[in-house]
Amino acid sequence: MWVLLGIAVIVAGFMLRFNPLLVIMAAALVTGLAAGLDLVAIVSAFGKAFNETRYVSIIWIVLPVIGLLEAYGLRERARALIGALRGATAGRLLTGYLLLRQATAAIGLTSVAGHPQTVRPLVAPMALAAAEAQAGDLPDETREEIKAWSAATDNVGLFFGEDIFLAIGSILLMKGLLEQYGILVQPLQLSVWAIPTAICAFLIHGFRLRRLDRRLNARATHAAPAEAGE
Amino acid sequence: MITLQWVYALAGAAFAAFALLGLRDRSNPRRFRNALFWGLMAASMWAGDRFGDFGNGLLVLALVAIGGIGLGRGTQGEVAPELRTERAARHGNRLFLIALVIPATALLGTLLFGHLPALVDGKQVTLISLALGVLLALGVGHGLLRAPAALPLEQGRRLMDQVGWAAILPQMLASLGAVFALAGVGEAVGGVIRLGIPAGSLFGAVAAFGLGMAIFTMVMGNAFAAFPVMFAAIGMPLLVTAYHGNPPAIAAIGMLAGFCGTLMTPMAANFNLVPAALLELRDEYGVIRRQFGTALPLLAVNILLLYGLAFR
Repeated sequence: MWVLLGIAVIVAGFMLRFNPLLVIMAAALVTGLAAGLDLVAIVSAFGKAFNETRYVSIIWIVLPVIGLLEAYGLRERARALIGALRGATAGRLLTGYLLLRQATAAIGLTSVAGHPQTVRPLVAPMALAAAEAQAGDLPDETREEIKAWSAATDNVGLFFGEDIFLAIGSILLMKGLLEQYGILVQPLQLSVWAIPTAICAFLIHGFRLRRLDRRLNARATHAAPAEAGE
Repeated sequence: MITLQWVYALAGAAFAAFALLGLRDRSNPRRFRNALFWGLMAASMWAGDRFGDFGNGLLVLALVAIGGIGLGRGTQGEVAPELRTERAARHGNRLFLIALVIPATALLGTLLFGHLPALVDGKQVTLISLALGVLLALGVGHGLLRAPAALPLEQGRRLMDQVGWAAILPQMLASLGAVFALAGVGEAVGGVIRLGIPAGSLFGAVAAFGLGMAIFTMVMGNAFAAFPVMFAAIGMPLLVTAYHGNPPAIAAIGMLAGFCGTLMTPMAANFNLVPAALLELRDEYGVIRRQFGTALPLLAVNILLLYGLAFR
């Protein structure tokens, strides 16, 4: 039962925001000691596994390609595409962004969009403008809500698109971990299983964005008679 | 025959280039530390098989020590926004096309090289195809964009320094899984959890795995860190060994259940709190509040997908 201390170290270490590399090493040492291994055996076991799972870190060979494309305006091009999204309503605009974010993440372009790159300068202002066109002047709470929807849509698109790309960190982590249990799989075998969830994520979040549109439109019809009364 | 060793040689060369080019970045006060870190990664890729287990362990300790005291990043090599905008207008969607070369090659190579076992190591076709895709994309990019030959490596180096020590986090967590397996963590946790799951209930085990991934992720703020724990606890002993589930499906959908947890926790500050600040929201949990309505049904969907797809 003492081997569970290693899990406690991981949980506490991540919660307390220690450097994750130190937390992982500490968890390995505690787990090994609790299982009755000596220090040399633990360091050797970790070193052996680190060497066997080197391919987890080969994803970084894509950085020169990403760097080249970004130097030649990939992010600016992505911004132009987002800026040209046709969506008369806030919900439809965000649904279009969701699709674009999932699709780019699925081909490995996780960093062409994001909160600093696209949400703050583009998506949130565009969604606000669309919502104002739908419902007239927005109270502060609604403005806050629309901005929060913009950030939430980016997260959902990224998380449930990236695992379709077969050389992303999480896919190779799974491959490496399965191999430590003697199960050899190809990254493609893992990434295909991300597709059903990606579709469901689009449907669920898209449905919620439609309901957002309905609420905004309802506000417009409610607001109109009140104005007439004045 | 082309094996994974070829890919390691390529990756070693990339890390060595990142280390050496970084030394020239005088805007980075910690450039020597960075060079040592990426240099060790290059050594691991090139010669890891010759260091022995304990030698590799010492290499990891050195990486952890350097990463623990912190790497630095500079500003050298940034391209002016006006120039990027002008280039984006000139090259348009061709930029996406070049990016698409990598996954397209990886996919085609995986399907094609499987039939050529004499040419390519059949067990590692995807990773070899990925490396090939990177080289192809660099070639196509060079031809279409007419960039200076040294530019991709220098820009890659800049991005590598931005990622920093977090780059080796997935590899470290995969290795931790080996220590967990050796120490019998899975059996121990499985024993505790089996007390809470009705005996012989496949759905109970699947639900415990999915919920466990989400909850551990919420506590730690990181699905990658939750994965080795939950896989040792439930994934391997119950779902794979006892119920003969399909390991890739269990791993992949389990990880996505963890991502649902990421949407619901302030511990994942980068995704949930930083954007709230960036958008000047008064409610710092405003983004998380909007995400609950997607994350909870999607978690249920993931558990059902796992139950329906992984045990056939």
